[in-house]
Amino acid sequence: MKRTTLILMALVVIFFALSWIFKAMAFKGVEEHYILQGFLVTLAAFLTLSIMSFLYKDNPFYKFAEHLFVGISAAFWMSMGFWSTIVGNLFPRLSEGMSNFFKVHYIPGDYNFFFYVPVILGILLLMRLSRNYGWISRWSLAFIVGTTAGLNFIRYLRSDFINQVSSTFVPLLVDWQGIGHFFSSLNLSASGQFIMMLANWVIFLGVMCGIIYFFFSKEHTGLFGRASRVGIWILMITFGASFGYTVMGRISLLVGRITFLFRDWLGLNI
Amino acid sequence: MKRGVPLIITFVVGTVLIFSVFIPPMENLGENFTLFFDIIAVFAFFLGGGNLLRVHLTKLTRRKRDWEYSIVTIVGFFFMLACGLFKIGNPGDISASLTAEGSWFQTIYDNVFVPLGSTMYALLAFFVASASYRAFRAKNREATILLIAAFIILLGRTPLGTFVTGWIPDSFSVLQIPNLAIWIMNSPNLAGQRAIMIGIGLGVVSMSLRLILGIERTYLGGEDK
Repeated sequence: MKRTTLILMALVVIFFALSWIFKAMAFKGVEEHYILQGFLVTLAAFLTLSIMSFLYKDNPFYKFAEHLFVGISAAFWMSMGFWSTIVGNLFPRLSEGMSNFFKVHYIPGDYNFFFYVPVILGILLLMRLSRNYGWISRWSLAFIVGTTAGLNFIRYLRSDFINQVSSTFVPLLVDWQGIGHFFSSLNLSASGQFIMMLANWVIFLGVMCGIIYFFFSKEHTGLFGRASRVGIWILMITFGASFGYTVMGRISLLVGRITFLFRDWLGLNI
Repeated sequence: MKRGVPLIITFVVGTVLIFSVFIPPMENLGENFTLFFDIIAVFAFFLGGGNLLRVHLTKLTRRKRDWEYSIVTIVGFFFMLACGLFKIGNPGDISASLTAEGSWFQTIYDNVFVPLGSTMYALLAFFVASASYRAFRAKNREATILLIAAFIILLGRTPLGTFVTGWIPDSFSVLQIPNLAIWIMNSPNLAGQRAIMIGIGLGVVSMSLRLILGIERTYLGGEDK
């Protein structure tokens, strides 16, 4: 490492050590473990700023935070999986002794021996780490693929195809009480009859045109081509809306982090 | 053994799960197979952890580029694993919840995992803004529609949208940007999402059939692996 980098790192360490002291003093009398609490808030602030430092360029602080995140998240999911699935669902079906050891409720059943199958397949999956017997892990993978394919076949057919098609056939005349009434009460109120009807027309025609755009077995010319063009516009609105929604989600996360830095760490009530 | 057995397993499991929907005594099979799937997934987490350890230990022992950071990964991994798997620093006995208030596991989750994860995702706001500045040029009609839709949704979810168009009377309330954003989300956006979902549904169904029938075999990898 360069000398300047080392000096910079030392300065950062001193800065956050001072922050720890000040934070601990601020927590004194408020929190029981004020030194630990001060450390935890300072650590969270350090890690937040380390990740944000990537906006400038890749640097040792970002690399530190990134590597820490990788290690911790791998262990987090392993622990959660072990306690929620293995201890919570597998041991209670396999062994009364293990259930008693982990103090979980034993679930007796005539076909519980079937639960040895995923255990064996799980162990076979770990063979992936072996150079010579790595191919055996394909059996477990095949089970995962088969389960996913079998479950998704029905699930997607029901929810993404049949349900979506049936939901598209909506009434195109909402609260219809005659043409005279329609024109006399015509307005652009968000909850008005006209806007409600327009929404249903847009949904019905939009889905049809969107599907036409995805139909590539016929050349997109004439009336079919025009419908396809409308389909593109509908899809563009969808992409724009999804983009806006995603950006807002990210910005709200950013606001959360900045609020943490200013309020929880620096103690500024802005 | 290397290719035949996996193909048979996929075929049998997939077919049984599809038929279980039509045969009432087999109805619970889907639930049990999902549980089997979850159990194997936990082993996959352990496989991932083992692989992570192997990669970083190799990097460390061979002094590859940035090997110092591998120490951070390994230490973080083992410390979190000790707190999670062995419940070190957990108040109460073995039956106490892993995420109990005051447990080391929960403390690390709140003060390390959450700040790191949410800041990483928050960082994407800057990259999305930068990418959209470059990509979102109203070059043609389609790009303009996308731009306007995104702009209305963004404005509609901020107080600025209400501030700018709040004066519009109730009889034209759909033109108020927050209402317009809601209308876009519930109508044209829904139509587009639905067209995409119908396409995805058909795609997943056909891909599932290809997998079950053994036409699609890429998940098996190369012949000799």
